[in-house]
This record gives sequence, C-alpha cells and structure tokens, in this order.
Amino acid sequence: MDQQKNKKYGMVIDLDKCTGCGSCMVACMAENNVPFREDDTDKLLSVSWMQVYRLSNGKAFPQTEECYLPRPCQQCEGHHGHSPCVSVCPATATDYDMHTGIVSQIYTRCFGCRYCMAACPYHVRQFNWWDPVWPTGMERSLNPDVSVRMRGVVEKCSFCFSRYQTSMNKAFLEGRRELEEHEYQTACTQACPAGAIIFGDLNNPKHAVHKLAQPDLAHEGKPRNPKAFRLLERLGTNTKVYYLSNREWVRKAGDNEVKKA
Amino acid sequence: MDSALIPKGVKRCPIGQFALFIAVVGAVLLWGVVAMLLIYIKGLNQTNMNNAYGFALWIWADLAVIALGGGAFFTGLLRYIIGKDELKNIINYAVLIGFVCYSSALLILAIDVGQPLRAWFIFWHANVHSMLTEVAFCLTCYFGVLTIEYVPLVLENRQVDKVPFFHHLSHNMHGIMAIFAATGAFLSFFHQGSLGGVSGVLFGRPFGFRTGINIWPWTFFLYTWSAAACGPCFTIFITRITEMVTRKKLVKDNVIDLLAKIAGWMLLTYIIAKIIDTVYWATVTAPAMGFTLMDFYSNNPGSVYGIWILIAEVGICGLLPAVMLVSSGIRRNPTLLFIAVTLAAIGACLNRWVMVLQTQAVPVLSFEEWFTYMPSWQEIATTILPVAYGIIMIALSYRYLPIFPQERELNPIEGGK
Repeated sequence: MDQQKNKKYGMVIDLDKCTGCGSCMVACMAENNVPFREDDTDKLLSVSWMQVYRLSNGKAFPQTEECYLPRPCQQCEGHHGHSPCVSVCPATATDYDMHTGIVSQIYTRCFGCRYCMAACPYHVRQFNWWDPVWPTGMERSLNPDVSVRMRGVVEKCSFCFSRYQTSMNKAFLEGRRELEEHEYQTACTQACPAGAIIFGDLNNPKHAVHKLAQPDLAHEGKPRNPKAFRLLERLGTNTKVYYLSNREWVRKAGDNEVKKA
Repeated sequence: MDSALIPKGVKRCPIGQFALFIAVVGAVLLWGVVAMLLIYIKGLNQTNMNNAYGFALWIWADLAVIALGGGAFFTGLLRYIIGKDELKNIINYAVLIGFVCYSSALLILAIDVGQPLRAWFIFWHANVHSMLTEVAFCLTCYFGVLTIEYVPLVLENRQVDKVPFFHHLSHNMHGIMAIFAATGAFLSFFHQGSLGGVSGVLFGRPFGFRTGINIWPWTFFLYTWSAAACGPCFTIFITRITEMVTRKKLVKDNVIDLLAKIAGWMLLTYIIAKIIDTVYWATVTAPAMGFTLMDFYSNNPGSVYGIWILIAEVGICGLLPAVMLVSSGIRRNPTLLFIAVTLAAIGACLNRWVMVLQTQAVPVLSFEEWFTYMPSWQEIATTILPVAYGIIMIALSYRYLPIFPQERELNPIEGGK
C-alpha cells in the first residue's frame, strides 16, 4: 500500500508562537488518560505523550533567546513505513498504519521489552513503571474512548487516534468516507491558546499542514518551506511533525551537523 | 556420604567442605532470588532504569553471557565438524559453561520484561523483522540443543549409568552428537548475530547503528565472530579458575594450547574487522547522521564514556590478547595465557556494554544532555544471581559427573581405582 496515496496525518508546530504554557501537555494527559504519580518530578520516570522542551541559543544576555519545543510522537514513516520503533518490536505490538500514517501501540500485546524505547531517538516512547493510581473520583472522569494502561507496558502519543475512530464512525453513519479537516483534530491542537499547533492531512493540498510544511513527497516529505524543519532529518526517520521558526538557531537545533573545519 | 555418586578414580573434597561452599554461594543466590521476587511483585520500578535507559544492566548481562557462552558452539564445531579431536577433552566443560550461560540469559530475560506473563507473545505474535524475535527463537532452540548436549553427561553419573536404559541412551546420544553440534553452530550463528543486530539496526541511534549487507548490519557478523573468539577464551578462563580452586590439573596443556591458538587467530581477525568497522563508522556512517567520533566520547559526566573505553575495548582487551594468543611463546606461559584469555573475555563484555549502555547514553537530540544510569541493588543482585547459579552448577557437575576425561590420568590416586 502506498502511503502517499492515502491519508498522512501530520502536525506543524510554529515554535515562534509557542509560549511554553504547557496546555498541550495537560490536554493530552486528560484526553488520553495518561497516568501520573503524586511525585512526578523525575521526568525520566513519568509518562507524558506530549513534552515541551526549553531550548536556548546559549548566548549571554542581552543576546539570550529561548524557544519552547512541544514534542509529540513524530510518527516516523522511515522508508515505506519502516519506522525505528515498529520494525524492532518483537511481538508486533506496534504498527505503522498505511491508511493514516499513524504509528499505533497495542497495550495489551506489549510485554514490556522496551526495545522500541531503545530505538526511538525522540524519547516519545515511555514505560509504565507503576500501575496507574487515580485520585479518588477521578476514574469517573477518565476518557471512556481510550483504554488505560497497566504497569509494564510502553505507551506513546497516538495523534489522539480515538478521535479519528469516532469521527470516522460518525462519517460512516452519514454515508461518507472522507473527513473534513476540522472533524479530526488532536487534543493538543485544540488546547493550544496561541494556535501554534496545526494538525491535518499532509497529503491533502487543501489542509493547512500541507500548505505550511509544503512536504516534498518525492523526497520523503522533506519540507520545501525554508522556515520549516523536522527533528533529526539526517537519520532518515521521515517524521510527520514539522516545526516552523524564523530563527535560524532554532532550525539548526533540530538536527546535528558535523562542523566543517 | 556421597562417595557412591562421585566418579571412579577421582578425588573430591569432603562432603562437609563441599556443603559449606554450596551454602555460601547459595546465600548469594538467595539474595538474587529475593531481588527477583521483589521485581516480579512490585515491577520494574525496582530498577534504576528510566525512559531514556530502557535497556540497561540486564540486557548487557544477557549479551555478555551469550558471547561468553559461545565457547560451547565453537568448540563443538571444531570438535565434531572440523575434526579437532583433542578438543574432546574440554568439550564437556565448554558445553556445561554454555548451558549455564544460556540458562542464565533466559532467566535474566524473564526478569527483564515488564509483563512476564506475556513473554510468550514473542513467539505467538512474532514480528519477523525484529532482531529480538530471531534472538528469542534461536536462543530457545539452542538452549534445547545445549540441554541435549548436557544430558548425556548427567547420564554418565555412576549411579545413573547403572540403569541400562540411561546407559544406552547416553551412548546413543554421544553417537549422534555431531548433528547437534552442527545444529548448535547453525543456531548460534544466527542468534549471536541477531544480538549484534539489536543495536546495529537502530537507525535512530547513531552510536549503535551500522550499515551492512542486505538486512544484516556489520555488527551481526562481528558479534558472531567475537563470540567464536572470546567464548573459547572464557572456557579456558573458567577451566583455569576451576583448576585453581580444585588445586588439580584437569586438562592437558596441548588441548588448552590448541583451543587458545584457534581463539587467538579468531580474535586477531575479529579485531581487524572491528577496527575496519569502527573506522568506517567514525568516518562515513556517523558523519552522515551529523555526528563526529568525539561527539560520542566527550562532554559526558565524569568521562564515563571517554575515548578510553574504545581504546580499552579494541586495544587492551582486543588487539593485545589477540597478539598474545597467536604467539606460541606467550600462549604457552600459563600466567600470560590466563591474562590473555581474561582480557579477551573482558573485551567481549566491554563491547556489549558500550553497544547497549552507551547507545542509550549518547544524546541524539541536539538539545538533550548525556543520560546517566546507576543500577539499583535489585538489578545487581539479579545479575549476580546467575553467577551464583553457575558456580553451583559447575560445582555439582564437577563433583558428580565425569566432566574432565583427562582428570584421572593427570591426577592418579595412589592405590585407588
């Protein structure tokens, strides 16, 4: 199946608009029943599908500049769906969906070997080191469309896949096979007060993401917009999350470069 | 008390002394079992692994013991397929060490997964593209082969051998052992290689990633090669340790010399291949991903992963023991031989360490820092557990089974039979 002829959901995040408020993280946790602990200060042990990084240009005042970089799962396509994590999972607990371009995670099949975590350079895959414990009464406010995860399995951002399923069900009932752009939007996109996160079908020229990123389909989706970049482009992960910035140092921070002597 | 179980014509320490030894090692084993139970009951939060260090001490231990246990398949290949007949005097011990190593690896793997009750999913929902799947299948099959190779030894116990059925079974199993040796070598080639592929295929991790042939990264071949080189070195190392503990010569020098010589040439050719691989990776593969060699070895806390580790692995624990082992003068000096095989075994462990731990430690995103990790006592205890188990297995096997065919000849008992 050719990914270029199907849906290819992706994201464009305008880093010059992001204020680092963290609304996207909160919305993501609420939408996807992401577990948390009473003391969640060790971020290497906590689960956050969406994580906001703080970047600095490293210069002294007054040239100091900072940038906040929200990092959902990059939904790597690699070469023909050969994303870093999907190919390594020994139990086929994660899959690349050629219909949507979304990398899935089957929690009930994952047995917690963590090979996918070792494979992912973005640290989007996180492990449930503990069973989730919800504050009293909170169980009733969990999202019924998203299964909660148990101890010992890996989880990650799914581009709010349950929302896609709900929207597709609705469309089917109405006799449609296609979704409008607004019908499937992720929680982080809707929560961002600055409108920095834009979501849609990268293969659809009418969608905002396509217009902003201008992906070059002949060259594995490389952005033609000179202000756009993807994280770790050189690794060949072929991600579906594009970042925008007018600042060169921010764009350069997206990848590693061997400095010429 | 247990003299009826001890092979004829050999001398063993008194049962009280032996029981005390087993009790001390057993206490260590028990410590490991307590840690294992804690992990099973409370989960992997008992470890110091985290979301950046998903693979840590246990995966290293797995890879290391499998490399060190490679002496079983390679000695078997040399003995049964290539026809190095002298090695029949050490093959039993190589098999036993291999059996201990592989059963340890399986035990550690069983602890290492987040949902142990679902561990069978790796077979049931197998993803044929995953290196771990290949590891799981080949490793399990090869453990079966090692069991088949070990069983005839158990059947040769004085009392078991008295049962005609077991006597004939043992005899017949010996007769077809070449088939299992060949199967073991075939399986080992793939699972040793697949373990190399575990890091080698990670194109999101520039430190571990390697190019290669078709679906196999160069590390696939390097791991098999290094296991074939360092596995026999570990067999010699453990044989020497056993000789020191028992204060007896158990294997003749010509046997050790032959195995050491072959291991030396394997190690030398391996290390040349490893150097070529490292140079290509440092000058072509990594720069294409945006990294220089020193990006992987500098600016990390305490220089835990300084360039010294590469020099130690390739030079001090690679090239040096290889040269020592191929030189007959050095090889025939017992002390230098022991140093050489020790260095070679450490080299294999060091290689597995960096390919697992350093691969995780190196920051890939330009705005991240190095990740550090120190194992918890539960991780350490469960890693020492197989060592204690191995010592007990070797002690029991040595005491009650005819592991060393040359022992009687080398240690005649006055007036004894």
